[in-house]
Parts: sequence; structure tokens; C-alpha cells
Amino acid sequence: MNKMVQFGGVLISMLRLLSPPPAVAEEGIPIGVAGPFTGAYAAFGEQLWRGAEQAANDINAAGGINGKKIELFKGDDACEPKQALAVANQLVDRHGVRAVIGHFCSSSTIPASEVYAEAGILHITPASTNPMVTERGITTLFRTCGRDDQQGSTGANFIVNTLKANAIAVIHDKDTYGQGLADAMRTQLQRLGKKEVLYEGLTRGEKDFNALVTKFKSVNAEAVYFGGLHNEAGPLVRQMKEQGLKAPLVSGDGIVSEEFVIAAGGPAYAEGVYMTFGRDPRKIKEGQEVVDRLRKSGFEPEGYTLYSYATMQIVAAAIAATRGTDGAALAKWLHTHDVPTVMGSKGWDEKGDLKTSDYVMYRWNNKGSYEEVP
Amino acid sequence: MEPSILAQQAVNGLILGATYGLIAIGYTMVYGIIGMINFAHGEIYMVSAYLTAIFLAVLHFFGITSIPVVLIVVLVATLCITALHGWFVERIAYRPLRDSNRLAPLITAIGLSLILQNYVRLSQGARSQGVPTLLTGSFVIPAGSGVIQITHVQALIIVVAIASMAVLTFIMHRTSLGRACRATEQDRVMASLLGINTDYIISVVFVIGAAMAAIAGVLVSLNYGSFDFHIGFITGIKAFTAAVLGGIGSLPGAMLGGLILGLSESFFSGFVNTDYKDVFAFALLVLVLIFRPSGLLGQPLVTKV
Repeated sequence: MNKMVQFGGVLISMLRLLSPPPAVAEEGIPIGVAGPFTGAYAAFGEQLWRGAEQAANDINAAGGINGKKIELFKGDDACEPKQALAVANQLVDRHGVRAVIGHFCSSSTIPASEVYAEAGILHITPASTNPMVTERGITTLFRTCGRDDQQGSTGANFIVNTLKANAIAVIHDKDTYGQGLADAMRTQLQRLGKKEVLYEGLTRGEKDFNALVTKFKSVNAEAVYFGGLHNEAGPLVRQMKEQGLKAPLVSGDGIVSEEFVIAAGGPAYAEGVYMTFGRDPRKIKEGQEVVDRLRKSGFEPEGYTLYSYATMQIVAAAIAATRGTDGAALAKWLHTHDVPTVMGSKGWDEKGDLKTSDYVMYRWNNKGSYEEVP
Repeated sequence: MEPSILAQQAVNGLILGATYGLIAIGYTMVYGIIGMINFAHGEIYMVSAYLTAIFLAVLHFFGITSIPVVLIVVLVATLCITALHGWFVERIAYRPLRDSNRLAPLITAIGLSLILQNYVRLSQGARSQGVPTLLTGSFVIPAGSGVIQITHVQALIIVVAIASMAVLTFIMHRTSLGRACRATEQDRVMASLLGINTDYIISVVFVIGAAMAAIAGVLVSLNYGSFDFHIGFITGIKAFTAAVLGGIGSLPGAMLGGLILGLSESFFSGFVNTDYKDVFAFALLVLVLIFRPSGLLGQPLVTKV
């Protein structure tokens, strides 16, 4: 018993050592970066972190914001809504962040945004595309990516007009993001006068979708649309090819990661998969210098890396212009000003959505990377 | 109903069910012998998937490319190291608690499963890992107006599952080790009075369970081509369900439960709705337990006086 007490005491003192000092340094501006840094979607969290970190370093090297240095705090939500809420509270209460970049999964961004709104903190997500994110009337919430309804329309137009498919199977992963995307696809298909032949949800975390693939055969699907992330899209496309299905797989920005190729089991399986994503930010003129700098540090700025970089620039620009960190004032400024970023100039409508979105189609090639469909 | 679709769904279900069955054996044997659920078993399966990828990479490094050699070496090596994990789990988490409250080993099981998951996550990274494609190609069997497609890996799953079930049945019913296992299962105290080293036998059961999970791990990784440190959870739950469905404690029951679970998931998903396939599978489990509380092939528990 005595030993147990001693052991407990050691544990508690270790915990104390682990927790950072509560006081916030006077001269810095604390900013939170939240996303899935562990768990199955950690690849996306890394994109957000690398982008924001590089931007913060660049801004600090150039003298900071109004002479103050940016301090970054990491918040790991593991793409779990419950954990997102806990992390949001931690960022606000313990670290006293003045702005938050992030949450990757829409299902995490939505609950966390309420915490930030209540605390009056500017919140910009570089990656959550579900329409509900900005449809709830939170004035201090913005995004630097497009919306799933825009993304779904681009995908649907491509399937109907370019692939000329009539029988379309629409699959989702029962998550806020995936199902939202699938619903957007369904709405646009309806507008184009088509009705999907199949609309079903698979279970996240499973690997065997053979039964579903056989079902595609039984309904003679000519194209399959999947709203979800790469961990499920990979095995799905592999099993489609193994069963000799000719129908192409089309998906959204949830598979924009080299991990999609790993999850599929190699470039041979990933080849020919289409996806919607914003015009490749790596190709935008303004960003070339940053792209080179990130590549030099050994990180390929794919997916949402540059979105995150741009988001940090936007936060910095707003703080510099308003000479303060009050969420309402920052939001008011962003609603009325365009901001130049590595991804070109960005401006927002009254909901906090981008004024212009630029979704285009990409195709995975046999080398394990993606190219824009001409 | 198109016959080729029906047959293809049956094949899908059998393959899925065979892997559930192989993992379910670990749950059922451990329950049979010490009456507890080894919740860390799913993680043992996950560890074996990682070992598969590691050994494949090692063999590739040494330039060994002959497919049968690679398969056998990877299978044997993974089986041994995974079995070692099984032994280790029993030794550190269960043996010290064998005579304590029934809840205690259950809690260490959950703790151990967290430890295994995070040990793999920290040592191998949180990203999904790929397995190089070893066997390509498939058998195409014409049926009705369509075809049934079975990849070579899937055929291998069926063959290996049948073979390992046969070997296991032989060990349990025809060898002295198997006799000692069955004796320990029936009455541990009596068995030890008759000179059986029951501690050793319990260790052996954990090792056999882990070895079966390792076989499943190798085959599943080759089949799906990728895995991450999370896969043990869902698969573990499914396999546990299969073990309960077939009658926990019964060896053929585990395989039967796995096959029924795999087939019902596949058919329900294929002909009714994918969203609710798990609901259907668990509803089936509830129904079976209402009418046969000890599972399909389980023996009712007799209170020993």
C-alpha cells in the first residue's frame, strides 16, 4: 500500500512536470493550431501544422506582428468530436490563444467553433468543407477552403458531362463530411436529371467492402462516387479493381494525400481515381517561394499545407491591421477586406465563406501522384 | 436473382468469415480454459499485421523474391513473434491475477490493449502502412451470365484457414498436449492434481490463440494491402461476436460463428443495405442467444458441486 502511495506521488509529480506553465508570455501572440495529429487521419493534421508552423516562422523572422512574435499551440482532436471540444477548451482556457487555425474534420470543427465563438476568438478553418460549418451564424468563423455543395456540384458535373455515366452509385462513410459530400452530389445529380442507383453508407475503420463492390456490379454502376476519407477509399478502390469492375471511382478532397496510395496498396490500384480539390495551390505563382522552402525542409506541401500557411497569413494580416486581437474586430475587418496570401488574394462573404471557390478535377496517375484533368 | 452475384456474395462472406473465425479461436480457447475474455486479442492480430510488413521488407532487402519462399518465411516468422506476444500478455497481465476477482483480469486486458496499440503507434507511426502486392491475378469462374472472381490471395485465405483448423483439431484431439488442454479446461484443480502443469498449459493456449491471429493477420494484410494501428479494435469486436455466436469455448463453434457472421454481413450488405449490416449481425447474435444462451455449438455451463 505504501509503495502504491509512493508510486501515485511520483505519477502526480510527473504530470506536473508535463504540464506547461499557465502564465502566457507578455510579448507573444498565442495562436492555436488544431487538427488530428494522432489517429488514422494524422497525415492531414501534419499538413495543417507544417503549413502554419512555416508561416509563423516566416512572419516571426520578418519581425512578427506589430513587433510581437507568434507562439503556436498544438491541439490534437484525433478527428473525434468529443476530443475536439476538450481541446478547444484547453486552447482557450489554458493557453489563452487569441486565434485558432484549424480543425480538419468538419465533425470536429462544428462543436469546437461554439467554444471559440463563446470566447470571442477568431476561428479560421483551412480544411473543413461541410456547409454547416458556416451556416450557423457564427460571425467570428471563416474558412479558406471551399464548401462541399460546390465540391459536390463539380464532381457531379464531371461524372455526368465528361464521364457520361448514367448509373451512378453514391457511397459515404456516415460522417458529417462524407455524408454531406454525398448529399451534395445527390442534389446536383438530381438537378442534372439523374438519379443515383445506390445510396449507402459504409463503416469507418473497416477494410472489407467486397460485398458493396459486388453490389455495384448487381446494379450495373457506371461510376461510383465516394464521400469519405482515404483510409476507406483505398481498400474500396482496390477491391473494385480486384473484382474487375470497370466503373471509375470519384471522390472529394478527403483523399488528397499520398496516404491514399498506401491505403489502396500501391499506385497500380490508385490509378484512375478522380477527385475534386481546389486548384493545386503549389502551382499558384505567389506561393512558389514558400513551396521551395517547405520542400527544402523535407516536406512536400501537398493537400492542405498551403491552405494552412495562407490561413496564418490571414490571421496575421487581420491582427496587424486592427492592432488588437478582439475576435469581433478581426472578423469585421476580414469581412470588408481582401487579404493577399500564398494562394492569391482571398475575400469572404457575410457567412465567412470564400467569395470565389475554384474546385477542379484531378486524376491519380500510375506514379502515385495526382494531376489536374485537362 | 443473378446467380453470379449470389455466388460472388457467398464467396465474399466466406473469406471475411474465415478471417473472423481464425481470430475468434483465440477468444474461445482462452475463455474455455480460464473463463475470461482476452480483450487484448484484437491488438495481437494488429501486431501481426505490422510484423508481416516488417518481414516482407526484410526479405525484400535480402533479395529473396520467390513467392512461395517469401510466403512461408513470413508466415512462420510472424507466427513465432506474434505467439511470443501472446505468451508475454498472459505472463504479465493475467497470470499474476489468476486467483483474484474476475473483474481484475478484464481490466488489465483493456489496459494491455491500450498499451499494445500505443506501443505500435509510437514505434511505427500513426500513418497507415502499405504491404507490397505479393500475389496478383485471380480465378475467374463463369456463372450464369456473369463471372465469379476470386483473387489468389482470397483462395489462399480459404485454403490456409481450412488447413489451420485441421491442424488445430488434430492437436486438440490426438496429442497428449491436446488432452492436457482439454483436461485443464474441464477442471483445472483436478488436472493439476493429476500431474498436469496447468500454468504451462494456459500459456500454450495463449500462444495457440495468438498464432491463429497471426495467420489471420498475414493473410488479411496481403488481401487488403494496408493497415494501421487501429485495425485490432473493429476486427477484435467482430471476432469476439463470432466466438459468442458459435458458442464461446467451442473450437468448431468459433469457425462456424465466423462464417455465419461473415456471410450474414455480406448478404445483408449485398441485398438489403450496407448501412445496417452491423445492426443485422448483432440482431442475429441476440436472437441466437435468446434461444441458445450458450451459442450455437457451446456446452451449457454446469455448476460444479
